[in-house]
Amino acid sequence: MLQGAKELTIVSNNAGEGEFGLAKLMKTGAIRKVICTYPRSAGSVVFEDLYEQGKIELEVVPQGTLSERMRAAGAGIGGFYTPTSAGTLLGEGKETREFDGRVHVLEQPLKGDVALVKARLADRWGNLTYNKSARNFGPVMAMAADLTIAQVDQFVELGELDPEMIITPGLFVDRVVEVG
Amino acid sequence: MSTPLTRPQIAWRIAQDIADGNYVNLGIGAPEMVANHIPEDREIVFHSENGILGMGPVPGEGYEDPDLINAGKKPVTLLSGGAYFNHSDSFAMIRGGHLDLCVLGAFQVSAKGDLANWATLDRSKPPGVGGAMDLALGAKRVAVMTDHCTKSGEPKLLEECTYPLTGAGVVDRVYTDLAVIEVTKDGFLVREVLAGLSREELQAKTGALLAFADDCGELTAAAV
Repeated sequence: MLQGAKELTIVSNNAGEGEFGLAKLMKTGAIRKVICTYPRSAGSVVFEDLYEQGKIELEVVPQGTLSERMRAAGAGIGGFYTPTSAGTLLGEGKETREFDGRVHVLEQPLKGDVALVKARLADRWGNLTYNKSARNFGPVMAMAADLTIAQVDQFVELGELDPEMIITPGLFVDRVVEVG
Repeated sequence: MSTPLTRPQIAWRIAQDIADGNYVNLGIGAPEMVANHIPEDREIVFHSENGILGMGPVPGEGYEDPDLINAGKKPVTLLSGGAYFNHSDSFAMIRGGHLDLCVLGAFQVSAKGDLANWATLDRSKPPGVGGAMDLALGAKRVAVMTDHCTKSGEPKLLEECTYPLTGAGVVDRVYTDLAVIEVTKDGFLVREVLAGLSREELQAKTGALLAFADDCGELTAAAV
């Protein structure tokens, strides 16, 4: 926020809550567009105000499609077909094709310039472990951005993470910030 | 006529139909109540979109963990045998047809099995879809939990949905406070009707033609 980037496009499951984190950034007017699955959650007041005033763009994406678009970006896939959203408002204007008698829509990869990921432990190579359901979109976002920054509870020495427990290999992670 | 089923009673009724060993996703809101009424002799594995299989009940006070929440952001627990995984795997489970059943709420259901449950016609508020479209299309079976009519008495079961669709031809069964209705290729087929409610009365509260199963029974629920 302090470095003053403007005209940002944010990809998130929700559109912020209260007046902290994403909502705080939104309030400064730095965000042009939100790509999310469910903008109206409890306390998403900042977003709702901006949306009503027409000051922010919204692209609603089905949750599985959002995740898969990021995975595609991270995996070098040029696009994919899915039946999700076929024949609905969210599928309108998209190229369609039938597979096994079922209409699918073409979805594009979704790549980020920066990914902010919350994890539990990290080592010097950027290997990450997560905590419970907070794993969330973390691993898929980490692979889908040019610069991936992980916020972790604790930084550990190389070798301290059991290789079988590493969820995001360090190759996908560029910076680690220990917040405790 | 008997009293229409309460929300917990509809949840109870749905729970009786879930087979032992099923992998099940419960939609955010009222469908979450289904988990409270699973018969004791059945082992059901609950899935949550944010990356949980084997989701357990709400933790006791003081045992909540902000990193262990369900898709509705409520604190939950993990049962022995449960697993965590990322969103991509979670939606592969949903979209890849690996869930036996999902239970969703609805604004409207059509006789063709179309489901409308994510957006109304009010364009002033931003719509939100979450995982509803993925679940509606991906689960092997889709059950809908809803009141039979809106608060103002309008039918929610219709020939055609007037709200934007979540998915076309996806609903298998509808559980309401008045009836259990299957969606067949010929339209709505009533399996159970609330005791004392005549077929004509049920039809009058429904916006599509109803057929009644030969063995159509009485809709009853435990006093939950």
